[in-house]
Amino acid sequence: MNAIASAKDTEMVAMTQSASPNRVIDIEKLSLTFETNDGPVHALADIDLKIEEGDFVSFIGPSGCGKTTLLRVIADLERPTAGSISVNGVSPEEARLNRAYGYVFQAAALYPWRTIAKNVALPLEIMGLSRAEQQERITRNMELVNLTGFEKKYPWQLSGGMQQRASIARALAVEPDLLLMDEPFGALDEIVRDHLNEQLLQLWAKTNKTVVFVTHSIPEAVFLSTKIVVLCPRPGRIYDVIESDLPRDRRLDIRETPEFLKIAHRVREGLKAGHSYED
Amino acid sequence: MTDATLNPSRSLNPFSGLMSGTVGPVTVVVLAIISIWYIAAVALNTPFQRDLYERGGLTDVTLTQMMTDTLSQDRPVLPAPHQVIVEIWDTTVNKSITSKRSLVYHTGITLSSTLLGFLIGTTLGILLAIGIVHSRVLDKSMMPWIISSQTIPILAIAPMIIVVLNAVGISGLLPKALISTYLSFFPVAVGMVKGLRSPEVIHMDLMHTYSATRLQAFWKLRLPYAVPFLFTSMKIGMAASLVGAIVGELPTGAVAGLGARLLAGSYYGQTVQIWSALLMAAFLAGALVALIGVLEKLTLKRMGMAQ
Repeated sequence: MNAIASAKDTEMVAMTQSASPNRVIDIEKLSLTFETNDGPVHALADIDLKIEEGDFVSFIGPSGCGKTTLLRVIADLERPTAGSISVNGVSPEEARLNRAYGYVFQAAALYPWRTIAKNVALPLEIMGLSRAEQQERITRNMELVNLTGFEKKYPWQLSGGMQQRASIARALAVEPDLLLMDEPFGALDEIVRDHLNEQLLQLWAKTNKTVVFVTHSIPEAVFLSTKIVVLCPRPGRIYDVIESDLPRDRRLDIRETPEFLKIAHRVREGLKAGHSYED
Repeated sequence: MTDATLNPSRSLNPFSGLMSGTVGPVTVVVLAIISIWYIAAVALNTPFQRDLYERGGLTDVTLTQMMTDTLSQDRPVLPAPHQVIVEIWDTTVNKSITSKRSLVYHTGITLSSTLLGFLIGTTLGILLAIGIVHSRVLDKSMMPWIISSQTIPILAIAPMIIVVLNAVGISGLLPKALISTYLSFFPVAVGMVKGLRSPEVIHMDLMHTYSATRLQAFWKLRLPYAVPFLFTSMKIGMAASLVGAIVGELPTGAVAGLGARLLAGSYYGQTVQIWSALLMAAFLAGALVALIGVLEKLTLKRMGMAQ
C-alpha cells in the first residue's frame, strides 16, 4: 500500500513538474522601425513580454499601436530591427519552419475554389502528410469547430461566422504550438462574436493551446484572456500587462460579475492613459 | 404584388415583349446589319451599273431592274449579302474538301497554323509570366521588350519572319504559326502576370506561415488564382492568332489558306470571293473564341469558382 502511495506521490510530483509553465515566447527589448519616405515610423519600441505555455494572451490597443505588428513579428511575417525574440527557445523563423504557428486572420481567407474540407487540407498538403493522416485531421478539427457535415460545401455557401470557424479549423489542423489570431471576429456582428468567443474558450480548454489574440474590444479581451497586454501608440509600446484571476472555465454571464468589471475597468484606464496626450 | 403593378406599365411599350429576351435584340441587330449592307451595296454599285447602261445605250431602265442588276454584278464594289452566302455555300457544300476551290480546305489550312501558333504563343506567354512574376530581374529586363514587340506593325515584320526562317530552312506551317505566336503570346503573358500577382497579401502571408515553398505557393495559390485571367487572355490571344495566320499568308504569295484566298481575290477583283473569305474568317474567330468560353465555363465549374 505504502509503495503504491509513494509511487502515486512521485507521479504527482512528476505531473506538477511537467505542468509547471514552459516559456513559449520570450521577447526582450524588441523594436521595429519601418523606413518610409516620410522618415522612420516606430511601429514597436522596447517591448518586453513573456508568454507561458497554455496562456491565452490578448493584445489590446487603439489602431496603430502595433498590436498586429507584434503578432506578425511573432509569426515571422515581420523582422524586428532591434532586441530579441525567441519562440520555443528558437528564432521565429525556425519556429515557422517547424510549423509552430496556426495563424487566423481577420478575414477567413479561404480559397474559393476549394471545398471547406479541402481548405482545411491545404496546410496538410503543404506539410506533405499522408492522405489518411490528412483525412483524420480534417475530420477531427472540423468536429472541434462544429462544422461536421459541411466538408463538401464551398466557402461562399457558408455564413461569415462559419467561414471564420473553418479558418480556425485550418489553423488547428497544423497542430501548432501557438494559435495566433488577428482580430478573427472583428468583421462579425456582436451576437455571432459572443457565440464564437464562447466556442473559442471551449476549444482552448480542449486543445490546451497557447493563444495570442489581437482585438480592440475590451469585453472580448477580458472574457477570453488569462493575460491582457495593453498597448499604446507612437511608438507602439506596452503600457500595462494584466494577469486575469478569473476562473478558466467561463460563461458569457461572467461579464456582469464585479471581478470581470474590475479587470475591464483597468484595461479601459490603461487605454485612456496611453492615449491621454492625444485629443 | 409587384408583378401586378409592373405588368400594366410594361404592356404600354409595344417593343417590351420583343426586347425582353435575348432572341429579340439579337434578331433586330442582325436585321439592321443586313439592311445597312443592302443599302450600301446598292449605293456603291450603282455608278458602275449606270456606266454599263450608258455604254450599252440603255436609257429607260426601271428602278427595280436597276436594283436587281446592282445586286447581281460579277465583280461588285460591295457584294450583296446573298451573293456572299451563295458563294460560301458553293465553295463549302458543293465542293469536295480536297479541292483547291473549297473554302473548307482553305479554312482548314489557316486553322491549323492558327492553332499551332496559338498553342506555342500561349505556352510562351505562360512561361514568360511565370518568370516575370518570380524574378525581379526578368520583370525589369523582359517587360519593356514584350511591350515594344507589339508596337511593330505585324504587316511589316511578317515578311521578315518568313524570309529569315526560309533562309535557315524552315518553311511550311511553322513560319506562319510563328507569326500567330508573335501576336498571341502578348495578351497571355500580360494577363498571366496580372493573374499570378492577383492573390491577396493575406493569402501569401498564409502560405508563409505554412512555410510553403515557392513551388507550392505557385501550384496551390498563384496558378488557381490566375485561371480566370488565363481564359480571358486566351480569348484575345486566339483572335490575334487568327489575324496573324491570315497576315502570314499574305506576303508569301501562299497558295492556300484564307489569306491566300483574300490575295487571289484582290488580284482578280473577285470581291465576292474576298468577302466570303472574310466572313469565313469572322465565323472561325467567333467559333474559336466561343470554344474557349465553353472550356472556361467547364473549368471554372469544375474548380468550384463558378457560383
